[in-house]
Amino acid sequence: MIENLELLIDVCLLFFLLLIVFVAIKTTNLFVATMLFGIFSFVTALLFLDLDAVDVAFTEAAVGAGFTTVLMLSALRLTGAFENVKHRHSILGLFIVVLTGAALIYGVADFPNMGDANAPVHVHVASEYIQLTQEKIDIPNVVTAVLASFRGYDTFGETVVIFSAGVAVLLLLGMGHVEPKHEPEKNLVLWVVVKPFIALILIFGLYVQFHGDFGAGGGFQAGVIFASGFILYSLVFGESYARKVVPSSILPRFAALGVLIYGLTGLVSLLSDKTFLDYSALSSNPVSGQHMGILLVESGVGLAVFSTVLLIFYSFSGVNHNE
Amino acid sequence: MMINSMLSDICLLLGGIFTLTGAIGLLRLPDFYSRLHAASVTESLAAPLLIIGVMLDTGFTLDSAKLILIIVVMVIVNPTITHALCRAAAHGGITPKMQSESTQKNKLQTETEFSSKEPK
Amino acid sequence: MNELLGHVNYWIVIFLMMMGLYMVIASSNLIKKLIGISVFQASVFILYITFGKITEGSPPIITDNADVYSNPLPHVLILTAIVVGVATTSVGLALIVRIQEAYGSMDEDDIHDMNDNDDFNIKSRSKI
Repeated sequence: MIENLELLIDVCLLFFLLLIVFVAIKTTNLFVATMLFGIFSFVTALLFLDLDAVDVAFTEAAVGAGFTTVLMLSALRLTGAFENVKHRHSILGLFIVVLTGAALIYGVADFPNMGDANAPVHVHVASEYIQLTQEKIDIPNVVTAVLASFRGYDTFGETVVIFSAGVAVLLLLGMGHVEPKHEPEKNLVLWVVVKPFIALILIFGLYVQFHGDFGAGGGFQAGVIFASGFILYSLVFGESYARKVVPSSILPRFAALGVLIYGLTGLVSLLSDKTFLDYSALSSNPVSGQHMGILLVESGVGLAVFSTVLLIFYSFSGVNHNE
Repeated sequence: MMINSMLSDICLLLGGIFTLTGAIGLLRLPDFYSRLHAASVTESLAAPLLIIGVMLDTGFTLDSAKLILIIVVMVIVNPTITHALCRAAAHGGITPKMQSESTQKNKLQTETEFSSKEPK
Repeated sequence: MNELLGHVNYWIVIFLMMMGLYMVIASSNLIKKLIGISVFQASVFILYITFGKITEGSPPIITDNADVYSNPLPHVLILTAIVVGVATTSVGLALIVRIQEAYGSMDEDDIHDMNDNDDFNIKSRSKI
């Protein structure tokens, strides 16, 4: 059993997840369902860690357990219905779900065992990427190398998707304005502890951004962590003060600037007679060109994610409920 | 480093026992405030013990320096979070289950403090 | 027995997926539907990361004392997918807030009834 310890932890965490979702289906209290969803995201992050996916666990913890829970709580506060949600049983739905599940389990019978080193997914491109990262890019974190350099085009699309989500939320909700009288009450313990802690969060966000080449990290995680520093400030000290620190007018511009940095990095390569996002055009030595390219691209991503996350939070907190 | 390895095992075992105690308390105690009290055992005692157990095992490297930072941050922040939860519960109107005369007086004081929104 | 242990991860993930799908189909509240979609999404992520795991492997960060690395390619795909997922969740929540303002209710059946009777009003909110 000792060599299967990872499998044991993995199965325990998965059963935990099943239990959480089962209670979330049964409950009629929306606040309980939201909190259970936060716990679900956190246990998923633990599961990713057990399955050797450190970058993914980091992102899921920051984005899923952190930002999504805050967002859902803001939405619940705005819509106001908390308890005694109508609970509906659907026999047809149960039948469809059981049928689909049975079909999927039948299809899964052909899959290779979990952890098999000769599975088809490991044979084609993955070992090549690990090899090429050591030769051509020379940074320890293979996931960042693949994300920013080998599959950089997909990451550009992802950055544009985040930007579009920010634009969509702006179109739906607007930035709103916050009247200063709806302030939380003075709370000495929170004020004293949170003030230096926000500085720590911002420094940690910058550390994750620049350390993403050497360990787990990167632009996405860093953007979310940096934004959550400001979200914490807004929650503890009041939204009107937070809007003085980071005015709501600069956030859409910063988000666009992040996407622009990414695109311009690719355009520089295009203008130097090479393909789009070919980083060897950025410097005389191709390896240092890769380093420069990954640095620029990740900072563009970090800026775009930070601005969009904070923008979405401002939109939700600025909706005036009593209009 | 036999003594280090044995100490690390003891710390990990104790951390596990305290986590279990906190979890049992979280489920079995009758009232919100006492449950919060039990949960704070996990964050203030069990988690630092577990991290110290891991630190003793890895020795004196960059990783254990990062773990010391994590312990410092956890010990400062988690009791603050418990305080914030408790304050939110008092603001929301949850009263302790077992009340005595002094609790009634405190309840009146808490209610006036929250309704006038001025610090005492 | 080895087959069973190798596949138990897949079965539990499929069960999780189906519970998320049931939550989308059977709940009448919009926020619970959104939670169901997110649970479905997360179970797909777990499935992909399970594909990438190699036994006795280490995380795909190149160090000196590891010879087999887990497959980094599913990690990259799921990293993108998680962030796109949170983007769609936030747009979904913004839509729910506006629906609540227009119809006054977050229940699917009531909204369908009001839609059939044309009983709603939408205010414009964005002043970018």
